[in-house]
Amino acid sequence: MRLCVLGAGAVGSAVVELAAEHGHVVTAFADSESAVVDADGIDADAVLAKKQEDGVVGEADPEAVFDADYDVLVEATPTTLGDAEPGFSHVERALADDRDVVLANKGPVAERYADVRALEAESEGTVRFGATVGGALPILSTIEDVGPSRVSAVYGVLNGTANFVLSRMAAEGLDYEHVLAEAQDLGVAEADPTFDVDGTDTALKGVIVANVLSEGETEFTLDDADVEGIQELSGSMLDLAQEDGQTIRLIVEVADGAVRVGPRLVPGHGAVAPSGTENAVQIEADYCGRLGITGQGAGGPETASAVLTDVERLAD
Amino acid sequence: MSEVHNDVQAYTLRLELVDEPGELLRSLQPIADHGGNLLSIFHERGNVTPRGYIPVEVDIEATPDRFDNIVEGLSDAGINVIQAGTERYSERLTIILSGHLIETDLSDTLTQIEATRNATVTDISLSAPAGSIDVSSARFQLAAESGSTEKVLAAMREIADEKDLQLVEPLTVGGRA
Ligand SMILES: NC(=O)c1ccc[n+]([C@@H]2O[C@H](COP(=O)([O-])OP(=O)(O)OC[C@H]3O[C@@H](n4cnc5c(N)ncnc54)[C@H](OP(=O)(O)O)[C@@H]3O)[C@@H](O)[C@H]2O)c1
Repeated sequence: MRLCVLGAGAVGSAVVELAAEHGHVVTAFADSESAVVDADGIDADAVLAKKQEDGVVGEADPEAVFDADYDVLVEATPTTLGDAEPGFSHVERALADDRDVVLANKGPVAERYADVRALEAESEGTVRFGATVGGALPILSTIEDVGPSRVSAVYGVLNGTANFVLSRMAAEGLDYEHVLAEAQDLGVAEADPTFDVDGTDTALKGVIVANVLSEGETEFTLDDADVEGIQELSGSMLDLAQEDGQTIRLIVEVADGAVRVGPRLVPGHGAVAPSGTENAVQIEADYCGRLGITGQGAGGPETASAVLTDVERLAD
Repeated sequence: MSEVHNDVQAYTLRLELVDEPGELLRSLQPIADHGGNLLSIFHERGNVTPRGYIPVEVDIEATPDRFDNIVEGLSDAGINVIQAGTERYSERLTIILSGHLIETDLSDTLTQIEATRNATVTDISLSAPAGSIDVSSARFQLAAESGSTEKVLAAMREIADEKDLQLVEPLTVGGRA
């Protein structure tokens, strides 16, 4: 497939780097200020080096990518709330041209799911977004395979940063501020980890799951989620939990048409208490009971691999 | 810092008493004698069974061994035990509350939980690192009526909200209390 990759951050760059391995060609690539277009495929190494050195991917205007020859638009620009721009307009333009879209960006399917589906219905193109929930973990594809109508609940840990902070607090008996600073030093938490620790990122993923489960009956956005973060937790609360064989994790629960995110008491070594930056999700479905998926969720290459898996599915 | 009596459970006893003065007190004696901890008594004076007895519901806490002795003691004392068991409070759940627990009157918080009548507190473990003036946390073990977990949690949210306490709920989705 010929890919047009929007966003040259951790995810977009990794997609460009790994595309060839998966048998795809990147014909267009843009960041916020520049673009490079080549119908024969861009030189991934050279372009990524240029981005590193000069901060741009090429000399062309970002707009140029939409005139390029491509089959699938890969959207990896920043996730934004509300209107989900610029991601949403990128999706709109690709679908208007009857191209397929693969999202890493959560915004369009968390904040404007119905709009995206309506545009898709008018288009020859298809939208896939497996990478938006749990990065490399096959969470949405498992729901798709089981059948959304057969799934009664999805719950677990979907943010590696929050999970890292809570597992360190539990293991070391340290307070939140201390562990967060350490996580930032280690590069586990970003400079501004607000959305990770206040539950917003987890909630966006829960909302996407809720949208998939409702199969168009009800649209969910962040406003429909009940969200609480982990900023107020203290080391002594984790101690109290541990004395009882439990621990506290930032859990999203999607069930009965509701999305709730907040710190929850869970069994200390249970299915939804993964270690470090891992994610862990339980899917409850007819016939299969409780399905568990645990592993390394986010990260540039991890998320890029999920994007390329979606591209693969479009090719089939 | 924690007070663990893990094997203590909450039980409900349904008794039928003869309508005579002193009967209620007499029925409580075997509970005390065998080390049961009385949680509540529900005594409907106006209500009489077809056979002329007064139904009384008694919630107690005891270890399973002691509970057996209590039931035996009641029967020995000639008191009608209609139902004895854990049916009423069959669901256990743990919550953590944090904030100005002491300042906002811990015992009032307990009374409020008990007042929901759907749950009873079976264990409390308090952690107050910087003394009682500062923020402290407590783990509560609750025994809830079967099927009422959601109701109990809703009541807990209200209490936490009103007292400006942080509540950490147990994961209950998928029927796991
Ligand atoms: N990182 C993960 O593990 C992960 C996992 C799942 C999903 N996601 C999602 O994937 C997306 C990308 O994540 P990331 O970590 O790669 O983010 P990032 O490192 O912040 O990169 C974002 C990129 O988008 C570019 N961009 C911004 N506005 C643009 C525009 N109008 N047109 C074209 N490009 C534009 C930026 O350009 P400049 O370089 O010029 O600033 C930057 O290269 C986000 O929506 C994120 O939520 C990430």
